Amino acid sequence: MLAVRNLEVVYDDVMLVLRGVSLDVPAGSVVALLGANGAGKTTLLRAISGLLGVHDGEVTKGEVTIDGEPVHALRPAAIVRRGVSQVMEGRRVLAELTVEENLRVGGHTRPREIAANLERVFALFPVLAERRHGVAGYLSGGEQQMLALGRALMASPRYLLLDEPSLGLAPALVRRIRDLIAEINRQGVTVLLVEQNARMALSIASHGYVLETGRVVMDKPAGELLRDEDIREFYLGLGAEGADRSFRDVKHYKRRKRWLS
Amino acid sequence: MDTLKGLLESLVRGLGNGSVYALLALGFVIIYKATRVISFAQPAFMICGAVAVSHLAGVTGFYAAVLISVAGVAALALAVERAAIRPMVGRPVFVVAIITLGVDVVLRVIVNGFIGRDVRQVGDPWGFRTVHLAGIGVQQRHLAMLAAAVVVLLAVFAFFRHTRYGLAMRAAAYDQEAALAQGVSVGMVFALSWALAGGLAAIAGTFVGTGQGVDQLTWIIALKALPAIILGGLDSLGGAVAGGLAVGVAESLVQAYQQQLAPWLGQNFAVVSPYVVMLVVLLVRPYGLFGTREVERV
Ligand SMILES: Nc1ncnc2c1ncn2[C@@H]1O[C@H](COP(=O)(O)OP(=O)(O)O)[C@@H](O)[C@H]1O
Ligand SMILES: [Mg+2]
Repeated sequence: MLAVRNLEVVYDDVMLVLRGVSLDVPAGSVVALLGANGAGKTTLLRAISGLLGVHDGEVTKGEVTIDGEPVHALRPAAIVRRGVSQVMEGRRVLAELTVEENLRVGGHTRPREIAANLERVFALFPVLAERRHGVAGYLSGGEQQMLALGRALMASPRYLLLDEPSLGLAPALVRRIRDLIAEINRQGVTVLLVEQNARMALSIASHGYVLETGRVVMDKPAGELLRDEDIREFYLGLGAEGADRSFRDVKHYKRRKRWLS
Repeated sequence: MDTLKGLLESLVRGLGNGSVYALLALGFVIIYKATRVISFAQPAFMICGAVAVSHLAGVTGFYAAVLISVAGVAALALAVERAAIRPMVGRPVFVVAIITLGVDVVLRVIVNGFIGRDVRQVGDPWGFRTVHLAGIGVQQRHLAMLAAAVVVLLAVFAFFRHTRYGLAMRAAAYDQEAALAQGVSVGMVFALSWALAGGLAAIAGTFVGTGQGVDQLTWIIALKALPAIILGGLDSLGGAVAGGLAVGVAESLVQAYQQQLAPWLGQNFAVVSPYVVMLVVLLVRPYGLFGTREVERV
């Protein structure tokens, strides 16, 4: 199990961004983490994967454990070796490298498993096999997301942290990516799925957390979240006004904060 | 016929010297790509390499001396990176560049003790002997430089294309955080870049010392790599090689023909010719010949 306990994160020594977040990702599950822009979702993933340092961020309280072992003081490479891989927001493929070179970089910590993992990734994403020797920068957005997923799988992770994999993709592609995540999970990889697209995330997650300004404000089985009135209104665009809004467009002041009180 | 012969001879000399500049330039670019800092310590590593060979060649023979010297200077560069550069990570690149300048001065003062007042021969098998190929007289050492550079460059490019650490270095150069997220250790990348650049400088230094030997001022030759890297584009390995060769050829042609064609430019125009070529290229192509802005999806 991946567990986060009372986590506090500060940027630049002053900006308190996570204020005591706790969350459990049981082995084998898909857990969704929802929240608006700026809620702290990416920060939470950085704290888990050890990338806070790059951003002048620091865990000031609480802990992150993998199967009971604390990891929040480890370097990113050590965390990857323990079986936690992150797919960063915006995909971050290495645009100047070929598809295969991107994947090989993903396998940096598992040099012995490269051949087997390449096979596995190409089976999951046949389009990457086709474009194997092509430069990654010329892939489409959807293909780049697949490459980012495939690259993370090259490290043979047990836990996969996904940061808004649906961002900027057309609805049909969002469904493709969702199905691929479900397939990866079926192959035995535990997934923590950060999304603003709540409908997509909750359709494959067993459990969901809602993060707002650095706090978990809701924590329920996915089915209940889907039925929750606030979630329906603000995350799924099924509110009283009936407009099909994306959560990304909702202004903070418009949102009801019943769950805060 | 004689003019063509003269031209070809200057070209070979230029390519020979240029391949040395290319090796040096490659070191600058490798460090720059990994750390975003231009390391001014390259001249010192070059001289360390040449001086080490000059002391070892009598004992081990020239070729073994080169291998030992390359390994030794790479290790030295590694130590310098660890001790003086790594603690500065996160400081402005300007500060780090100044520190490399300090490293250069300190190392050269130390190594000057091993050079002494006179010129030291590196003990190479070529001297100034020439061979005649199809009627053209070329110095053996220039052919050796060219051949050695080709072999070394092929090895370096294979390293970056095919090996795990080479790929990790390219990944970190392109997107440091993304590389970290894949489990690449950025410290390892920094260290490797310095070791590689140190080894390349040692080879370059040895070839600079062939024939003429090294003295306390030889280090200045390493500065010719600066117009070479600007010419090629700071972040391009291929550009460094092309820039180095271009500088060598330009210098050699100016040396051969400027007195005839443009005597009003004075006695030593060859010395500044690389900078003139650099300025002209930058006017036309601000990113250098091969510098990239970014590969982007259209
Ligand atoms: N590198 C940083 N330095 C300072 N503040 C940051 C940094 N990154 C993010 N923040 C701040 O932390 C808060 C949470 O950001 P983030 O974790 O990116 O949210 P989310 O991923 O949910 O959109 C935001 O207010 C953001 O401005
Ligand atoms: Mg985010």
